[in-house]
Amino acid sequence: MAPKLAVWKFASCDGCQLTLLDCEDELLTLAGEVEIAHFLEASSAVTEGPYDVSLVEGSISTPADAERIKEVRRISRRLVTIGACATAGGIQALRNFADVEEYRSVVYARPEYVATLAESTPISAHVPVDFELRGCPIDRGQLLEVLSAYLAGRRPGIPNHPVCFECKMRGNVCVMVAHGTPCLGPVTHTGCGAICPAYGRGCYGCFGPSARPNTGSLKTWLGDIGLARPEMDRMFATFNVTAFTEVPDDPPA
Amino acid sequence: MAWILDGVAGLHAALVEAGYTVIGPTVRDRAIVLAELESADDLPYGWGVTLEPGGYRIRRRADSAAFAHSAGPQSWKPFLHRPRAKLWDARRTDDGFEVAETREEAPRYAFLGVRPCDLRAIGILDRVLTGDRYRDDAYAARRDGVFIIVVNCTEPGETCFCVSMGTGPGADSGYDLALTEFAGEGRFLVDVGTEAGADLLARIEHRPADPVTETRARAEVDAAAGRMGREMPAEGLRELMAGSLEAARWDDVAGRCLTCGNCTMVCPTCFCTTVEDVTDLTGEHAERWQRWDSCFDLDFSHLQGGSVRTSTKSRYRQWLTHKLGTWHDQFGSSGCVGCGRCIVWCPVGIDLTEEVAALRREGEKSDG
Repeated sequence: MAPKLAVWKFASCDGCQLTLLDCEDELLTLAGEVEIAHFLEASSAVTEGPYDVSLVEGSISTPADAERIKEVRRISRRLVTIGACATAGGIQALRNFADVEEYRSVVYARPEYVATLAESTPISAHVPVDFELRGCPIDRGQLLEVLSAYLAGRRPGIPNHPVCFECKMRGNVCVMVAHGTPCLGPVTHTGCGAICPAYGRGCYGCFGPSARPNTGSLKTWLGDIGLARPEMDRMFATFNVTAFTEVPDDPPA
Repeated sequence: MAWILDGVAGLHAALVEAGYTVIGPTVRDRAIVLAELESADDLPYGWGVTLEPGGYRIRRRADSAAFAHSAGPQSWKPFLHRPRAKLWDARRTDDGFEVAETREEAPRYAFLGVRPCDLRAIGILDRVLTGDRYRDDAYAARRDGVFIIVVNCTEPGETCFCVSMGTGPGADSGYDLALTEFAGEGRFLVDVGTEAGADLLARIEHRPADPVTETRARAEVDAAAGRMGREMPAEGLRELMAGSLEAARWDDVAGRCLTCGNCTMVCPTCFCTTVEDVTDLTGEHAERWQRWDSCFDLDFSHLQGGSVRTSTKSRYRQWLTHKLGTWHDQFGSSGCVGCGRCIVWCPVGIDLTEEVAALRREGEKSDG
């Protein structure tokens, strides 16, 4: 019997789930190798669990979701988080650094209908996670690599190094060194293929911190090219704000 | 016997006619990169560079020199030692699997504008990747028959120190042809290094160099030796590295180092690779890929139970002590050619000549 795949959505924009549909060339093959048993974005037909692999998109931001994720974990043999929301809390975790009550009263006409938690947290803050795929959105190649690895019973080959590795291997000219463009590439987890620097833009840090990043040294450089502290902080305060905030400015020991 | 060449358009055309893919410097993304040259017009005529630790800017020159710039973002390494290369494919069969080795049709390259420092770097890669029983066949196939046109250096950059490393500014062997550019005059002095070089030269218009012109060209190269932006005396480097393993300076550099791996990837001699095995969704097909790796990657030293070199300090130390020290034991030379790329392309401008000087000072202090 084919392994059963489920896709779950929490607080998110659906972009990472769409990456699965975006697999185009491989999608039919995938549908042949696994039973796509629960994927509401693609089909309302649902097969009951338990599931061999659950792909979980989105962060936990409501009391109901904090309960629902436990049930997802319970019926999933492997749980893989997909994307910055599920892995780091997402851009909605900016609320963690503000007063959620104030937001609620300003944003919603009838705030009493909105049940929300004070913080947006990653899935790993609630249940054990078997693998975390980074990115906003995730990379199609990395998603297929994780699924192929599980189907073959091997470890996924997802490197932990910074974007600079991919940038250099792609033959990009460094936007920091040659253009003086602020770039988070040296502290950001690889996986996107260094898309932004390939088009002359600095890295936005969509994939979150790389293994043991030295953000303090990068901030010194950003300061040297004229960025004030608030601008610098804003660079880190996007899709992976909580993950980057947890990185100390002191160099890793 | 030296010759004079009026421009390199004829040389480029002759190389193309001889079936070579010509690689040389050209302007792209505000840098002088190495790429295929469709014609000699693609050369960076009139462009120079300004270098500093962590900084690279191209600038307009007053003349129209084609090779008046120092080391760019990458060396010739990516053309010979590919960033990614498939080693083999495997297909599942009824009773096991079948492996098909990947045999790439290697392009026939002509490298136009190789600096003497980079020429030495290619020699070092030859030694590492083909010099003993662990041969990299893909490298050997790409390297075999490369036609090398050196351009002796008359324009050292702010981060250059080939003189310290004994690799430049002039080349005395290892090339097919060696040019010396008279900046802004459109003329080149040509030295012939091989029979292949002589054959090619015979196909294009050239004339014997008069002694005055030849002397002037040699003098320009000699003068470049006095304009190195950096120095790193080679004497005792190997011993310094061996004796500095516990130096406090490693902690200092670790505070700045991003472990981003840029220095190793722009280094013309860093050769490390890893292999990655991938299977497809069906499990019927597997591939093994080789890709560049770096001692700055945490996973580079991953053994049973985890990485051996977790600290930034240990990773930077591994790189520098190998490059300048244990490389001698392993390959019989230094691993550094003084091109200065690791200084320029380090995003935070870590300068190995400065680190070495600091290690020397620290060593002298503790000895004294």
